[in-house]
Amino acid sequence: MSHEAGTAMNTDQKLVYMANQIASFFKSMPEDEAQAGVAKHINDFWDPRMRRRLHRIVEAGGDGLSPLVLSAADEIRWPEPTS
Amino acid sequence: MSFVKEIDYGTPASKAEKTVTLTVDGKQVTVPEGTSIMRAAMDAGIEIPKLCATDMLESFGSCRVCLVEIEGRGGTPASCTTPVAEGIEVRTTSDRLDAIRKGVMELYVSDHPNAWNEQRGTGASEFDHVADQVGLTENRYGTDGRNHVEPGIAPGNGSLNIDYIARDESNPYFTYDASQCIVCSRCVRACEEVQGTFALTVEGRGFESRISAGMSEDDFLGSECVSCGACVQACPTDALREKTVLERGMPDRSVVTTCAYCGVGCSFKAEMKGDDVVRMVPYKGGKANRGHSCVKGRFAWGYASHKDRILNPMIREKITDPWREVSWEEAFSHVANEFRRLQNEHGRGSIGGITSSRCTNEETYLVQKLIRQGFGNNNVDTCARVCHSPTGYGLKTTLGTSAGTQDFDSVEHTDVVMVIGANPTDGHPVFASRLKKRLRQGAKLIVVDPRRIDMVRQPHVEASYHLPLKPGTNVALLTALAHVIVTEGLHDESFIRERCDWSEFEDYAAFLAEPQNSPEEVEKVSGVPADLIRQAARLYARGGNGAIYYGLGVTEHSQGSTTVMAIANLAMLTGNYGRPGVGVNPLRGQNNVQGACDMGSFPHELPGYRHMSDDATRDIFEKLWNVKLDSEPGLRIPNMLDAAVDGSFKGIYVQGEDILQSDPNTHHVAAGLEAMECVVVHDLFLNETANYAHVFLPGSTFLEKDGTFTNAERRINLVRKVMEPKNGLADWEVTQRLAQAMGLDWAYTHPSEIMDEIAATTPSFANVSYELLDTEGSVQWPCNEKAPKGTPVMHIGGFVRGKGKLIRTDYVATDEKSGPRFPLLLTTGRILSQYNVGAQTRRTENVVWHGEDRLEIHPHDAEQRGIRDGDWVRLASRAGETTLRALTTDRVAPGVVYTTFHHPDTQANVITTDFSDWATNCPEYKVTAVQVSPSNGPTDWQEEYEELTRKSRRIAPLEAAE
Repeated sequence: MSHEAGTAMNTDQKLVYMANQIASFFKSMPEDEAQAGVAKHINDFWDPRMRRRLHRIVEAGGDGLSPLVLSAADEIRWPEPTS
Repeated sequence: MSFVKEIDYGTPASKAEKTVTLTVDGKQVTVPEGTSIMRAAMDAGIEIPKLCATDMLESFGSCRVCLVEIEGRGGTPASCTTPVAEGIEVRTTSDRLDAIRKGVMELYVSDHPNAWNEQRGTGASEFDHVADQVGLTENRYGTDGRNHVEPGIAPGNGSLNIDYIARDESNPYFTYDASQCIVCSRCVRACEEVQGTFALTVEGRGFESRISAGMSEDDFLGSECVSCGACVQACPTDALREKTVLERGMPDRSVVTTCAYCGVGCSFKAEMKGDDVVRMVPYKGGKANRGHSCVKGRFAWGYASHKDRILNPMIREKITDPWREVSWEEAFSHVANEFRRLQNEHGRGSIGGITSSRCTNEETYLVQKLIRQGFGNNNVDTCARVCHSPTGYGLKTTLGTSAGTQDFDSVEHTDVVMVIGANPTDGHPVFASRLKKRLRQGAKLIVVDPRRIDMVRQPHVEASYHLPLKPGTNVALLTALAHVIVTEGLHDESFIRERCDWSEFEDYAAFLAEPQNSPEEVEKVSGVPADLIRQAARLYARGGNGAIYYGLGVTEHSQGSTTVMAIANLAMLTGNYGRPGVGVNPLRGQNNVQGACDMGSFPHELPGYRHMSDDATRDIFEKLWNVKLDSEPGLRIPNMLDAAVDGSFKGIYVQGEDILQSDPNTHHVAAGLEAMECVVVHDLFLNETANYAHVFLPGSTFLEKDGTFTNAERRINLVRKVMEPKNGLADWEVTQRLAQAMGLDWAYTHPSEIMDEIAATTPSFANVSYELLDTEGSVQWPCNEKAPKGTPVMHIGGFVRGKGKLIRTDYVATDEKSGPRFPLLLTTGRILSQYNVGAQTRRTENVVWHGEDRLEIHPHDAEQRGIRDGDWVRLASRAGETTLRALTTDRVAPGVVYTTFHHPDTQANVITTDFSDWATNCPEYKVTAVQVSPSNGPTDWQEEYEELTRKSRRIAPLEAAE
């Protein structure tokens, strides 16, 4: 992360940063628990447009995302199309 | 018209269980052992005259008017200092007693002249009441004392009375007139016993005795006095008197209500004359404050009638236009049309709202209901996002409920208090006074804070340990405390086996024991000596009842939620739950932060902390509201701003919040607001956020509406309307009218009906009603079938979630690091006389104590930069820069600087960054890497912003009627 983190990030960069922060809390747990923890946290607290964007980042190669977020990605719910 | 009259029993209640029976004037009365005769008599309905005694203070025995006779005992003992005894017969009147009392009162009266230029009977009448009581009819000594003002001659104008002391008018809210003083010492004792400041003393001896604030050269304002008002409340004469009473006379009616400042939630009597408040007096029946107050609640209510208040709705097309006053109808239909247009063009999720932690439970409930039922989404958030959202997450995860575990009375049973990242004497002053009282009785104190806050050392209070950690290292430090407790075997094994999951404990203990968590390693990151960490841990674990109180210094960090969990874990390891004197207690910032959270103000949960994805909960509300609810979480405040910048979020209804000033990274907030097409601000004043608003809906103050606030101890207190809303509508009516304009069929006629709906849908509120609150005074949730009158202490016998959760708390350093460009760490906080963004307190006389935000900097750091005390300095971070004046002090360690955020012209949040708590997005206000350098004056941003503010506050004059 560049030294400009926290001031000049665009929304995608922020989502990557936030997802990695979540992973850093769960990473000291056993792997399956950690994966489930990251996915549940994002499912519980991220609005659909944020989750959709995160999935697009993962699909595009997941640049910058920590391995734990990438391994949890399958368990992160794809939101239903908006009305 | 009614006047709430509180009985003064003269001396405090005895807590003894054993009782004693005696007779007073032939009436038999049974009271706890240790009760004074004065109090026992009052219990029997017999009021003994008194001047130096009041039940807020320990008895003193100096005034000699409360004398009684006891059968079989000689003399005439003072009833305030004489305890009851089994079978004694007390007489409160006799010829001898009447003669003595009259003699004493006659002497008092002779030294009790009228004040200069004062109407008789404007002040408190306790002294006059006693004179009547004893039947005083004459004054043979006259009132021409040499310390009295000479009749007919203004003080200083040729008056020859050499000992006359002019009235001290220095405090903006009360006066001190020495010639009115009878030296009963009630003020001095109130300052010591109730407030704990020790600012007052009796100077001189005998006839020369005077009450003195601070040193002899000080006046009240220049002394250590914190203007809490306890002395004024205690004074039985007009020596210490509210200026408003001297100006307007005594009030003629009063209403008990709840203060709208901090999360302590003090009860007050609003004392009125007609529709005007004359004074606010703390209510002894209030279970949070027990009759005490601070300068804000007691005196700083003038903002309610300040000329800046906006009383008519206003609209403007562009934020560069001047405002145009409109009718309520036009305002509501305009907002409804705009919101519906935005949803049609940009989707259902393109609008949202923010509920206010300053408004009532009923009002926040309505805003989230409007958003869920009317907007059809969950884009609702509250300012708790930026203060205590990690408390919600952390305590729910570990204990099962998002709230503090105790009531404030609990502190009376505490042996060791740990205060972490909180500054109670400034932020929660009335709780601080209660805490200091316990500390003076011998409880021990540990302070964990980067600054040497006042609690660390002040008269008769000194922390056993102050752990001055580097900002951002809370988790490391707390984990090290737990490391010491577990590795030295100081944990409470039987508690853990019974109340927690043993295998989780083993996992946690193994984690704690890892070498990186030892005090010696943590010293390297936190800067706190290892030995200090060890000693503090031992004291907390083994010092008896241990209670933790914490504030925003815990939550407002990248690891805020982790810190809350570490705190919950620490109390779990040591068995400090489920009884008075222990627990984990968040000190809440705003009056109704707890309530706003309880009421479903978060985008992921419905009232009562139930997740949107829970079908059963949604079902309750879907049936009642006749609507399909979205099961997905909505946007949080920072996410709303991001989405606005990205173009998918277009409209917002902000109830009583000032996100532009209070939220971090002002430039980003401004960009988000500017990108929206319909910003609706509902507030008392044109606040900073309103600079970016298209619609302004005037709000009402806490004096102008009915409702409830929930304080930091989960206590639901009634807010009672004492005057009509100056803007015409209470805030709940504004939200209701807006909902109606959007097509919802709301028809509440009183806030009690809203509370009934909350109780019907939310299990932890099931038993709450206005009727219950009226009879009980207040209740603490959960209040339901299991606890019909509420729950003072939670987790008795078991945790709400079942087993307490011990969870690994890995320290992760924040990415906001100091370096060559930004070598200092800035942390932020508040000060006693000001509140939050200052919108209320800046519009009162409280500005005499704090007229501007200052930058606290260590003399060493200041000298290196060529900065002297009082110089203008430039404060710059990666996010922005501002200027303010320096205050050199060793309260902050070298490398750390500190400021408050009460003034919009400073805009401290131009400096703070977008970094936030990993779990809740609560901003990291408490750590920002900065550089400080000398400066000549305001930055370009400050000048531009001032210009913008000036422009955006223009209100077009009303067009002349045809």
